[in-house]
Amino acid sequence: MALVLHDMNGLLMDLLAITLLEIFYGIASLALISLGLAIIFGMLRVINFAHGEFLMIGGFSFIMLTSAGVNMWIAMLIGAPLIVGLLGIVVERVVIRNLYGRIVETILATWGLSLFLMGAASLLFGYFQRGVSPPFGTLKIGNYQEGVYSIFVIVLAAAVYLSTYLVLRYTKLGLIARATMQNPEMASSLGVAREKVYAVTFFCGAALTGLAGAVLAPIAGVVPTSGLAYIARSFITVITGGATVIAGTGIASVLFGTVSQLTAILTRPVWGEAALLLTAVILLRFLPAGITGRYFRNGL
Amino acid sequence: MTVLLETSRLIRRYGGVTAVDGVDFTLNEGELRCLIGPNGAGKSTFFKMLCGLVPPSSGAIKIRNDDVTGMRPHEIASRGVGIKTQVPSLFDGLTVRESVEVAAMRRLTPSAACDIADETLGHLNLKGIANRIVGQLSHGQRQWTELAMVLSTDPKIVLLDEPVAGMTHDEVNRTEDLLKHINTTRTVIVVEHDMQFVKRIATKVTVFHHGRILIEDDVDRVLADSRVRDVYLGKSGLRYA
Amino acid sequence: MRALQSHVTTIGTLVAGIVLVGIVPFAVAPFTLADLTLYAAMAILAMSLGFIWGFGGILSFGQSVFFGVGGYTYAIVALNFDSPSLALLAAIAVAVTGALLLGYFIFWGRLSDVYLAVITLTISLIFFMLMNSMSSSIYRIGDVPIGGYNGIPGIPPLVVPGTDRSLSVAETYVLVVTVALLVYLGLSWLIRTKFGRILCSIKENEVRAELLGYDARLYKLAAFAVGAAIAGMAGALFAVYSGLINPDVFGIGFSAQIIVWVMLGGLGTLIGPALGAVLIQMLVVWLGKVQVIDANMALGVLFIVAVLLVPAGLVPRLQGLLAVAFGNLARSRP
Repeated sequence: MALVLHDMNGLLMDLLAITLLEIFYGIASLALISLGLAIIFGMLRVINFAHGEFLMIGGFSFIMLTSAGVNMWIAMLIGAPLIVGLLGIVVERVVIRNLYGRIVETILATWGLSLFLMGAASLLFGYFQRGVSPPFGTLKIGNYQEGVYSIFVIVLAAAVYLSTYLVLRYTKLGLIARATMQNPEMASSLGVAREKVYAVTFFCGAALTGLAGAVLAPIAGVVPTSGLAYIARSFITVITGGATVIAGTGIASVLFGTVSQLTAILTRPVWGEAALLLTAVILLRFLPAGITGRYFRNGL
Repeated sequence: MTVLLETSRLIRRYGGVTAVDGVDFTLNEGELRCLIGPNGAGKSTFFKMLCGLVPPSSGAIKIRNDDVTGMRPHEIASRGVGIKTQVPSLFDGLTVRESVEVAAMRRLTPSAACDIADETLGHLNLKGIANRIVGQLSHGQRQWTELAMVLSTDPKIVLLDEPVAGMTHDEVNRTEDLLKHINTTRTVIVVEHDMQFVKRIATKVTVFHHGRILIEDDVDRVLADSRVRDVYLGKSGLRYA
Repeated sequence: MRALQSHVTTIGTLVAGIVLVGIVPFAVAPFTLADLTLYAAMAILAMSLGFIWGFGGILSFGQSVFFGVGGYTYAIVALNFDSPSLALLAAIAVAVTGALLLGYFIFWGRLSDVYLAVITLTISLIFFMLMNSMSSSIYRIGDVPIGGYNGIPGIPPLVVPGTDRSLSVAETYVLVVTVALLVYLGLSWLIRTKFGRILCSIKENEVRAELLGYDARLYKLAAFAVGAAIAGMAGALFAVYSGLINPDVFGIGFSAQIIVWVMLGGLGTLIGPALGAVLIQMLVVWLGKVQVIDANMALGVLFIVAVLLVPAGLVPRLQGLLAVAFGNLARSRP
């Protein structure tokens, strides 16, 4: 009897551990795919509807580079961010720069961009799914198995958030970015070239998006329409988070990651996604300016 | 004399700042009252609470014994309060005539609103620009257009936030005549910085300072009061600082 | 001036009606008529967004939700009760109910433009995911399975009221085109009424409208519901046309297209969105036929170019040119 009880306890502990891990993974992936968008939205007030395609291109870049023989980690941590970052600079130059301050037009133009990139990707890569098997193998927790790679994603997300915070808080680049965000006219009168700041910000946002796309590619695989799967979640996270880049997106990721993973574990994955969206709709009803809209106005 | 508007212990806080700090204000029917006070004295917040743009933190607002505290702008407006805001708030895409007609339509059919618009535009000398798009008007013309819109709603109380700011000498004279004319049929409250103008139009003046009513009296006595001079010269401001 | 415009609108619609209803059905092949029916249904949908966005200032990314809900409702009711007329009414009723619920949420919550756009987009994605996932035969309403990503096939056509006779291709075409023209006339009229003019003023400056005594939330909710009714009807007519409805109507690509129609045709007009819908639909069909270039790519480029080069839209641009040509005779109104 005692033995059975002990076993029950053990099983429960295993279940708890695996559930926690799943939740943390949910939070981490949400935080990763949202950060680049949050930077571009929070700093430039630009809603980039091609964000999902940036993620998709990050994934493809990673897979193409590795299949061309590039070291996997270089492809993931340097190659993909660089490619998508450069794409971001081109997009900023050609499209966004003409539309600052015109939110609706920006949404429409970036939407066009999203269609274009999706079409281009399907032309280049076709519609079959590509993937790379995740490294590190699996971890056994009692009767459950979990990829060690999930733990890597969790650690990486934390590291990315921490370093973004440090850059914004303590470097000159971060200071300039924050100043421009607070008051573009003032910052440019202080001799900060606004165009340059915008271009750099867009590069950073796009590069982080490329990184997220590459990091998630081994788990989720990539197709030209992959962006569609990400875009709603990342938008909702950023918008619900409010105007503060790190705190808002972080808090929203924790909230939505938990809600969606718990619902998904208890029911089915599709309901998890629906629960996320529904939570957001209800939350925005009561906090129209997002979670951090009221309390963290001058935060990061 | 009947009381038209009454506030009791009206308070509005923004975070840690108390912009309006317990104002008991009474306005009788037919008055033309001026509100003065240095910047940040709470006049604008007080105005915004009167027309429902900002809900009070506590206290009450009554219009003819009708408690309107916490009501939304459109409810207060339909009880006869019209406001001309400090920076004109207009329908930039419509013409002057269309704007005035829309304003009059709340209580009238479109054709009756058309007649009222005609009358108001004639009255304010705006017939010449009736078909211009509001977004293309000059500053003075925008002020007049807003006034025309407010008047065509037939308000009992007209709130005017700095009506002569940025106006030329002639325009100020015209505004003076107009205010006096409006006051023959309506109750008027004016927030104004220009003391000369206040002297020309007002009989009774309320002085705001640090979110409270400092003094309320006839215009000559208020302007002669040493406390008022201190407030404007910043002496008491220094003391509080 | 206003009376003149109103006459121009009526006469223009009448002439278009005579040509489209009286001549076209006898002059073109049946499969072209079917294409034209589709264009007309899309034009109705485009006008519904053109109305709430251009005249109510409500940029909804979820107009396709009402369209889709209308289509699904028509299919489910028509198949369950064998009564297409009832199904058409049900489609409109369900879309309006949805709009009232969603609109209450949005307008009473005072969500700003960007949030409104994202919320409506989210709602359409929820529908997209849920509908796609309901492929198991346990998901059914009455006798009709939802069908997951396959959707609901075999949707019955409309019948001549009081009989069992289904409408022919040509008759369906005439019906849908007539509805499109009536929607155009109806909305043109609505914009000139007291309600429409107050709605326009709220779009211009919501705070000012409230200070004049108008409850902006109520007006926007009413406009939103009218838009949803029209979109729901368009969805039902689309279901009639295609005989099939699937979750693609809730997809992000489709909701994007509706916005392009309005933008490209001209925001702030009614004829613009309708023309935009027809032109782009023709383009999509043509691109599908020639297969030279990916349709998404072509649309994407068109989209970007339109925003950068013709931000006001085609119809206002044309009106502007005409106004110059005729010495400011025409003011840019619907």
